[in-house]
Amino acid sequence: MVTDRKQWFFKGIKAGIPIMLGYFAVSIALGISARNAGMTAPQATIASALIMASAGQYIGFTLIAAGASYLEVVVMEAIANARYLLMSCALSQKVDSDLPLRHRLLMGLWITDEIFGVSVSVEGRLNPWYNYGMAAVATPGWALGTLAGVVLGNVLPARVVSALSVGLFGMFMSIFVPPARKNRVIAALVVVSFAASYAFNAVAWFDGISSGMKIIILTVVISLGAALLFPVEEDAHAA
Amino acid sequence: MQHNVYLYILGMWLISYLIRVLPLTLIRRQITNRTIRSFLYYVPYVTLAVMTFPAILSATQSPVSGALALAAGLVLAWLGGSLFQVSVACCAVVFVAELAMRL
Repeated sequence: MVTDRKQWFFKGIKAGIPIMLGYFAVSIALGISARNAGMTAPQATIASALIMASAGQYIGFTLIAAGASYLEVVVMEAIANARYLLMSCALSQKVDSDLPLRHRLLMGLWITDEIFGVSVSVEGRLNPWYNYGMAAVATPGWALGTLAGVVLGNVLPARVVSALSVGLFGMFMSIFVPPARKNRVIAALVVVSFAASYAFNAVAWFDGISSGMKIIILTVVISLGAALLFPVEEDAHAA
Repeated sequence: MQHNVYLYILGMWLISYLIRVLPLTLIRRQITNRTIRSFLYYVPYVTLAVMTFPAILSATQSPVSGALALAAGLVLAWLGGSLFQVSVACCAVVFVAELAMRL
């Protein structure tokens, strides 16, 4: 059991390195926005280490700068981060049913788009130590990138930041493309998701909806449609 | 009224944590309903696809370099590239493309 934990933890660290690099790059921009919001380096760094949410933090910082009430900030944070609720549901089916509460409480700390994406792509049951390994390197990447953003501002060449910021999308693609190759329904879903997401962002009528909310609406509608039209076989979920 | 930034951060953290941890702690057994199981099976792929496009086009300095990274990532992932390879290749494509475009 102990070697199992160790193995998963180190696997997690390995999988977490590209996440760390991507996070570092993306959070520099977040740090710049924190500075613009009048936050200090410690405040921005602590916020990033704890909250680990790009859109959520960006919205939060913007509201803090505007002097919004605590309640407004919390409500907006809930809306921006509501997609994690779905991810948490999916993870509850991916872990062992006997997984103790303490592991569930710990795993919940680090449900981010990337850590979630990588952890659901594991074959079979998910070992929480895989997530801890990823979090151990990804969290410093996110927090230190934010710190760098506050301190350095725009010193880094724009081209470097631009190049690093697509790393996270590369990671997403490496997660949803291989299953799409094997499964036609998933392949079709990817195409539908791209098209719907593009349309949703292009139509001005939807401009008032936050990007986090758009992700939730599209995810729920498309996944539910697929579940009704193409229900999966009994054992497909465990794979 | 003067707001305390650390209280804002605490509030943001607390609500985010509750959202992340509640389903994971409350749903303790395997769901047997076939529709819900299928829904949760499709969620990760759909949500990652939705987050990738068209966001990747506006993440870079030019939509062209973003589109090239998208194409490179899709092809490489299709051919079986690892998470790390696909991720680094996308970064490299953007760097070279923007160098060529003198951005």
